[in-house]
Amino acid sequence: MTLERLRWSASDCLVVAVRNLRHFTRQPQLLLFSTIQPIMFVVLFSYVFGGSVGRSLPRGVEYEEFLLPGIFIQSVSFRATQTAIGLAEDMQRGVIDRFRSMPMARSAVMAGRTIADLVRNLFVIVLMAAAGYVIGFRFQEGAGEAVGSILVVGLFSFALSWIFVFVGLTARAPEAAQSAGFVAIFPLVFASSIFVPVETMPSWLAGFAAISPVTATADAARALAIGGDVAEPLARTLLWCAAILVVFVPLCVWRYRRLR
Amino acid sequence: MPPAVEAQDVVKRFGETTALRGVDLEVQAGTVLGLLGPNGAGKTTMVRVLATLLVPDGGRASVLGHDVVHEAQRVRELIALTGQFAAVDEILTGRENLRMFGRLFRLGRREAERRAGELLERFDLADAADRPARTYSGGMRRRLDLASSLLTRPPILFLDEPTTGLDPRSRNQIWEVVRELVRAGTTLLLTTQHLEEADLLADRIAVIDHGRLIAQGTGDELKDSVGGQMIEVTVADPADRERAHQALHSLGCGEPQPTEVERQLTLPAAHDGVAMMSEASRALQETGIAVSDLALRRPTLDDVFLTLTGRPPEDEAPAVQGDGHHLSRELAFAEREEPPR
Repeated sequence: MTLERLRWSASDCLVVAVRNLRHFTRQPQLLLFSTIQPIMFVVLFSYVFGGSVGRSLPRGVEYEEFLLPGIFIQSVSFRATQTAIGLAEDMQRGVIDRFRSMPMARSAVMAGRTIADLVRNLFVIVLMAAAGYVIGFRFQEGAGEAVGSILVVGLFSFALSWIFVFVGLTARAPEAAQSAGFVAIFPLVFASSIFVPVETMPSWLAGFAAISPVTATADAARALAIGGDVAEPLARTLLWCAAILVVFVPLCVWRYRRLR
Repeated sequence: MPPAVEAQDVVKRFGETTALRGVDLEVQAGTVLGLLGPNGAGKTTMVRVLATLLVPDGGRASVLGHDVVHEAQRVRELIALTGQFAAVDEILTGRENLRMFGRLFRLGRREAERRAGELLERFDLADAADRPARTYSGGMRRRLDLASSLLTRPPILFLDEPTTGLDPRSRNQIWEVVRELVRAGTTLLLTTQHLEEADLLADRIAVIDHGRLIAQGTGDELKDSVGGQMIEVTVADPADRERAHQALHSLGCGEPQPTEVERQLTLPAAHDGVAMMSEASRALQETGIAVSDLALRRPTLDDVFLTLTGRPPEDEAPAVQGDGHHLSRELAFAEREEPPR
């Protein structure tokens, strides 16, 4: 019985995920912009800030190398608002009502979306890494570490998606979801080690940045990509992601059940 | 056997506003109940409670004996809901929509494919099957929406304003499907703002206003309660309305009611409408009031409301859903297609 239910839940989840991925592939402009934007960030940031930030980097580290793993996280963070917007749109169009009146698994609508977003994020990260190679970025540890670096970012994006599922279910209007998302994401992304080493910030901000999950993920992904201490930031990242999921998955399910 | 749908004293509040103030409903298996009321009366809220989308704050409701709160999952296996908006995926094609919903209704892959093909054929969508749903007209979208509800042939169907905003041709197509379903034994609860639609499709009609059931019966019973036919008098000068009121009142066949139009009065003509017409016209002639129009017509939902509530129907607090299309006085349906979004 329980096994049967689990099987159906997985099947529902897959059906919804495939549906959401189709949205992505059917709207090539979405694919284009979500790929071009991070590449643009990589190129602009490395040439604009490379000169000045480069000086505060540890000896022998080029800014492209420092930046690219950070940009992975910046791009999945910005894109996380899409999770909220997509859900809010589904709600507005009544698609969620239909799902909720059907005998499908309650969690499938949300899990299907976060999984589809994860697949999409991994795809974009790989594209960005390819673009990085063009401007001189290289993964300097082994292939396993390179994959690990991408997976750490993927895990963080998955946890973040669940926060934005909650935002989407709560905001209800896509525009509201978008605004709410950016207000939350901007400070997190910039007050972190994504673009610059935390030590260069004023001490109050450095304190915030040091405990931020964004910094943890950036440090872990960076260490896996170009070397450095992996264990400590990786442990912090895993802890953060687990904490976010433990809080937000049940919160989202609860919110979903009590939608009006 | 328990009734297909049963609700007892259902209460639902949204913050300060009370959407349902103790509604009782019963739909016998294999019959059609029309839930009739203006925008914001509580129709959609009631349907959403029955379809397990909302948890009521008071009372209880069940579908084929299964409680909609405590046995929600079981209820969802027995029902399908077609809401006010065509809840289809705009990016996917018609066929993909049906396949997806079929899979989520727990049909096997092949079975979902087969049903999708069947329904596309039956709903006249076969030609458009492989086009994205966003290219569909309002009528096609609504048909696809309805088809999505029929994948598993659920015994109970909730249709929330299935024809609102549709052109007459699409509306007729939907009506045809509804009749077919009923012939095949489906139990139906449909909401509508139009007495005519309820009359045409429903075995029984429940009139809801301000979250309360204010009348129940067959279409004929309801119309008779308003007085079979109506005489509508339009005086040339608004100042004469009061005098016309007195003249018609003295006929002794019912109280004339002023309408929303400044120069108009209606008078119930329960039995012999034609004789009443000539009496009314004589009475008006004798007073010398200039009459610009005198007509005999069937009651409209407005008349039912006027009689039941003493006021014309009006939109309540901002309708959360619905296209804001107000009740038309002539029972005319909106003659427009929804523009493709």
